[in-house]
Amino acid sequence: MPVPQTVPVPYSDTLDLRVTDSSLRDGSHAKRHQFTTEHVVNIVAALDDAGVPVIEVTHGDGLGGSSFNYGFSHTPELELITAAVKTAKHAKIAFLMLPGLGVKDDIRAAQDAGGQICRIATHCTEADVSRQHFGLARELGLETVGFLMMSHSATPEELARQGRIMADAGCQCVYVVDSAGALIMEQTYDRVAALVAELGDDAQVGFHGHENLGMGIANSLFAARAGAKQIDGSTRRFGAGAGNTPVEGFVAVADKLGVKTGIDVRKIIDAAEDVVRPVMDGECLLDRLSLTMGYAGVYSSFLKHADRLANRYDVSGAELLIRAGQRKLVGGQEDQLIDIALEIVAEK
Amino acid sequence: MGKATAAIVGSGNIGTDLLYKLQRSDLIEPRWMIGVDPDSEGLKRARQAGLEASHEGIDWLLQQDEKPDLLFEATSAYVFRANAPRYKEAGIKAIDLTPAALGPYVVPAANMMDNLDADNINLVTCGGQATIPIVHAISSVVPVSYAEIVASVSSKSAGPGTRDNIDEFTRTTSRGIEVVGGAERGKAIIILNPADPPPLMRNTVFCAIPEGADRDAIAGAILKRVDEVAQYVPGYRAREPQFDDPSDINGGMARVAVFLEVEGAGDFFPPYAGNLDIMTAAAARVGEVLAASRIPA
Repeated sequence: MPVPQTVPVPYSDTLDLRVTDSSLRDGSHAKRHQFTTEHVVNIVAALDDAGVPVIEVTHGDGLGGSSFNYGFSHTPELELITAAVKTAKHAKIAFLMLPGLGVKDDIRAAQDAGGQICRIATHCTEADVSRQHFGLARELGLETVGFLMMSHSATPEELARQGRIMADAGCQCVYVVDSAGALIMEQTYDRVAALVAELGDDAQVGFHGHENLGMGIANSLFAARAGAKQIDGSTRRFGAGAGNTPVEGFVAVADKLGVKTGIDVRKIIDAAEDVVRPVMDGECLLDRLSLTMGYAGVYSSFLKHADRLANRYDVSGAELLIRAGQRKLVGGQEDQLIDIALEIVAEK
Repeated sequence: MGKATAAIVGSGNIGTDLLYKLQRSDLIEPRWMIGVDPDSEGLKRARQAGLEASHEGIDWLLQQDEKPDLLFEATSAYVFRANAPRYKEAGIKAIDLTPAALGPYVVPAANMMDNLDADNINLVTCGGQATIPIVHAISSVVPVSYAEIVASVSSKSAGPGTRDNIDEFTRTTSRGIEVVGGAERGKAIIILNPADPPPLMRNTVFCAIPEGADRDAIAGAILKRVDEVAQYVPGYRAREPQFDDPSDINGGMARVAVFLEVEGAGDFFPPYAGNLDIMTAAAARVGEVLAASRIPA
């Protein structure tokens, strides 16, 4: 801080910020990975018509995420990506992969299916595991984005160091990813600002928010003021935990502030209500479990797993999540929630 | 017949930890330690422990009048690929701790006895050593159409080799689950956790099993196998296996889940680095079985 009141350099000649909608990737968690081709076609058509420039489609845990650990997909993600690519008239289709879970061949396959933007995610202190994947993605001519997950758990200086590793490996935009929805305004600003200062013209900076403390739109504005050029959201908050920054809400606020996103406010409001909401099993709420995640700094995708295990083992879901925070679990360690449930059962 | 003599090639952390394990062996005498750096801490420790140590690489070793019965390779995949033909020419059996995967995959508690005659033996990966015995135990009771493992290791215990080539871990471990574990299809996931203090290595094994399978028989086989691994990795522990009926999120498959913890022996690596400890412990075990197999009945 201090916080400047305007966005310094625009994203392009026509956009101040580029928005990526993640409802068909992050929303996969909320949907327990049961998306069908029809869901994808309907949502992509509506978002594309509203002018959303980038739409991400993958299993919630990225390419190869369909598994016992994270939940099997109803429809193979490559079929979903293919359907999205065929449906979109203007939007680019992005896909996510996590090194250690997905492999380079998955990136090739997603590109063959028509994916254009490769988003590669690591825990925020482990960026060096992504080098070979960024190298390949650039070699294949894909646009690249890097995700520093659980960014609340690292200092701005550490994030800047990790962002540098990604940028040097070929990443064109490094995201501060608030996987736990635990960041609060200035904390977002400082992290984005540190990355902007470190990366300069070498790579852009982005922000991916969650609503577990109700801060998605506010954090996104602070990120933009710190120099972020790309902002993630999910229409109708359709994402893990209490959901992501609502795209329609962010776009409406941006419009009132004179920030150009290229997205039609009225159309995205309608898409959220008429197209996205009917696909959701329920609204993404700031309820006991998701608020606990924001408060305790827990990875948002753990929500549905904790909810299921609480029933399976008759233990408190909130207690499960608190202990996940105490164990400092990172993204991908869903299996350890079962271990925690067994630990709680053993103590009874 | 006395102890089998052994050389350790590679004087880094893995080679040094292995040195301490081999010194405790009744069947193996570690006699040579080979490195390439004259200032190597590992070579210094080896000399203090009474080994002949050289920083002049395997050229030096292969010039000695006496050749080792066994050789443990703790360098890199690239170096081992170059060295392996020379070991074969010299008639030295090699136990390969690198990801080179030239020889057959061996997991002592699963398929050791099938591979006593191989010129060199590959130890798959740390995650493979920790989880394949369990997949193998389950597939010895029921057909396993799909097995999936998740290995969580502390960031501090994951070196640059693993980080630069993380796909190699997932690929090699997946293949090991199939080839050695006996699953029709394997999948491996590795997670690095930077928590401080560093957490112990943890592994989860998920196997798809037939719906009507005898769950008691499966659980019994798993727990018996855990005891067998614990004979050479004392800090290897499991929770009671968990069984789940088929559901959408489980892809319509019935499943057994096994939760494992690996605490290292604390020889050279700290105890949290169970992932490194299980590799050197497995290597020592393979060496002992090979040493014992030389003794005429």
